[in-house]
Amino acid sequence: MSDIPNELLYTSSHEWVREEADGSYTIGITEHAQELLGDMVFVELPEVGDTIDAGDDCAVAESVKAASDIYAPLSGEVIAVNEALEDSPELVNSDAYGDGWFFRIKPSDVSELDNLLDAEAYQAVIDEE
Amino acid sequence: MANKTVLFNKHLESNAKMVDFHGWDMPLHYGSQIEEHHAVRNDAGMFDVSHMTVVDVTGNGARDFLRYLLANDVAKLQQPGKALYSGMLNEQAGVIDDLITYYLSDTYYRVVVNSATREKDLAWINAQAKAFAVAITEQPQLAMIAVQGPNAKAKAATVFSDAQKAAVDGMKPFFGVQAESLFIATTGYTGEAGYEIMVPENEAAALWQALKDAGVAPCGLGARDTLRLEAGMNLYGQDMDETINPLAANMGWTIAWEPADRDFIGRAALTAIKAQGSDKLVGLVMEEKGVLRHDMPVFFTDANGNEQQGVITSGSFSPTLGYSIAMARVPASIGDSAEVEMRKKRVAVKVIAPSFVRNGKQAF
Repeated sequence: MSDIPNELLYTSSHEWVREEADGSYTIGITEHAQELLGDMVFVELPEVGDTIDAGDDCAVAESVKAASDIYAPLSGEVIAVNEALEDSPELVNSDAYGDGWFFRIKPSDVSELDNLLDAEAYQAVIDEE
Repeated sequence: MANKTVLFNKHLESNAKMVDFHGWDMPLHYGSQIEEHHAVRNDAGMFDVSHMTVVDVTGNGARDFLRYLLANDVAKLQQPGKALYSGMLNEQAGVIDDLITYYLSDTYYRVVVNSATREKDLAWINAQAKAFAVAITEQPQLAMIAVQGPNAKAKAATVFSDAQKAAVDGMKPFFGVQAESLFIATTGYTGEAGYEIMVPENEAAALWQALKDAGVAPCGLGARDTLRLEAGMNLYGQDMDETINPLAANMGWTIAWEPADRDFIGRAALTAIKAQGSDKLVGLVMEEKGVLRHDMPVFFTDANGNEQQGVITSGSFSPTLGYSIAMARVPASIGDSAEVEMRKKRVAVKVIAPSFVRNGKQAF
């Protein structure tokens, strides 16, 4: 059983989204996703200042097993990326919801949050796989 | 129902992620395949290879039979216990399997074949054996544990009996010896020193546990694949199969052309292929980000200015080197550089002989 924190939102493509105190949103991949991919060897991130649309493939998580596109859960501007992943991609494996975060965005349309899944709905997605 | 080795419960005890491997439930990793890889390069790791098939070839015709069956020549084996790596070819010189043969006596050889090819191998061997005075006996009651790494022999010694320690003392690479209930061989699939140990099934779990208690890390198929790729060792079904001749699989060194009057299966076809020229298997190195993977196309321009194409047979991230490596089958006209098409772009790669890491160090 994968760990699915209740306070986060999710996509069916296995990204998680966390609201920060300043109104920005942090994005990463779920525990389930990192388990499927196995040991991470490279992570390609967007650039700070990039404008992305929800659904864009804006990052790549490459593991020993496969390269996997990461899709933007929300539209907006990238305001930070996790530079630690450059040298330590294994943080995605060891701490998917913490030190293994990917990037942070300032959303341009918070109504898109309605399209995301809560923990229960995400669990249902995993159960169907 | 998938086949399970006798060590299945030991894998679960160590939290293995189990996957299907050609009909066998085998451990992919026990948490991190990269950590397991480093354990073998820097210390000692062990693999359950009980799914591999042990076949004993006995009888007065054993030597003549194997000299006909295999492209390498078992007549090279003079010292008891000496092992030989060879392809077993069909009449078209395609590789039915690659295997290791141990010479135990003139009338007793032990052959270890791949698990994925077990049924067709046994059918082929039995069919060819009809014309010879030999008995073919599978040994399914033997489990097998590979202990590999710079500290593997020392750690294994702590679980051996005095008689077993004496039997392996000073044993050179590529030998095997029966020592009490264990058949202990200095072979492996990682490019490190160590042993492959055949053990009766009813003793296998205890041996696995003793090795674990001695500090040998359980390692899964994931680490096994990156280790063998770094070592430049072929994986059957991926780097070669029945449609590929050994010259196109970096197995030219395993073909014993001399003596010229030795007839072996596939010799005539292989002689014609050699005269005509064959593709070859090379190593690729890509130092930038990204991972070379199986089936990606490889492009290069030959000396006449024509674009040539090949394909990656095995590709992965090399945990020891920190970048991606691959083996690729390409036209023989390739130089020292090429391009690989990956994720819709072409990336430059260096072309080398397919050996990347030996005894923990970069090998090119």
